[in-house]
Amino acid sequence: MGLINGLKASISRARDRLFADDEQKRIGIYGPPNAGKTTLANRIARDWTGDAVGPESHIPHETRRARRKEDVEIKRNGKSVTIDIVDTPGVTTKVDYEEFTEFDMEKEDAVRRSREATEGVAEAMHWLREDVDGVIYVLDSTEDPFTQVNTMLIGIIESRDLPVLIFANKIDLDDSTQQRIRNAFPQHETVPLSALEGDNMDEVYDKIAEYFG
Amino acid sequence: MPETKDPDDDGVQIDLISGERMSGMTSMEKIRMILDGVHEGNIVILEEGLSPDEESRLIEVTMTEISPDGFNGIEIETYPRAKTNDSSFLDRLMGKESANKLTVIGPANQIETLHKDETLISALVSRR
Repeated sequence: MGLINGLKASISRARDRLFADDEQKRIGIYGPPNAGKTTLANRIARDWTGDAVGPESHIPHETRRARRKEDVEIKRNGKSVTIDIVDTPGVTTKVDYEEFTEFDMEKEDAVRRSREATEGVAEAMHWLREDVDGVIYVLDSTEDPFTQVNTMLIGIIESRDLPVLIFANKIDLDDSTQQRIRNAFPQHETVPLSALEGDNMDEVYDKIAEYFG
Repeated sequence: MPETKDPDDDGVQIDLISGERMSGMTSMEKIRMILDGVHEGNIVILEEGLSPDEESRLIEVTMTEISPDGFNGIEIETYPRAKTNDSSFLDRLMGKESANKLTVIGPANQIETLHKDETLISALVSRR
């Protein structure tokens, strides 16, 4: 990028942010496949609007389109914060349809699912570059957080100066370890939770209001 | 890639791309060079890596090229950015964010990460 273009882009981003303060923020829920992003999106949407965002599944890439839930009003300590939440497809650098045939899926369905999954990942990356104002990064706390997708996505989020909260999900499971996630990304606040069981959701909403309000 | 391997040879070609070679290329030229190499079954090692924005576009373009029974994506490994290496506000303002981190990219079906932490990446590379 040329110096003048770089300067223009930076000024434009700073100006957008300066004048966007009163606008409703779009918060993207990002993370690898099967981290519990849709379960979290549904938990937040049901708690504050009564509706769900989309279907949840243990099969990877259940979410293959970004879904936006608008006007989620979260009330904390006498104040209210209104955000749009965007549930995004899990990000990966590889998709193999044979992965889906292990879940008793016919080849034709598995191929279709893998094609939709690749489109979904591309869409999620586009949203991240163009259309979100903040990020909730969801990780499965039973899994190793030192993966390339996590490293790259956190780097991309940081390079765009987006506010980010890391959620260590699935703390209801026996082999969950939040400390590993804190060690992997010490520069960001990590909030433990179980989106499925609703554990620690008070802190989750406090932090959302603090970071994105 | 400047050289291609003999198709009868069952070895694995490794291309080490210098920072100097990458510095004169646009983002899409870099991504095209990487993916063309990976499509041929090569392991591509970048001396200075990609910027976050280029990494984001690499994922996006990779996704558009995945096909059943053919190319199923890439494996890519870099070290996390150290906090002390953060570029200054002025650098970012000028679009001069430094990537400067060794990056290894290969076909997903040929490279498998065995271990990764802040200071060590251990990977297994296999033939097709």
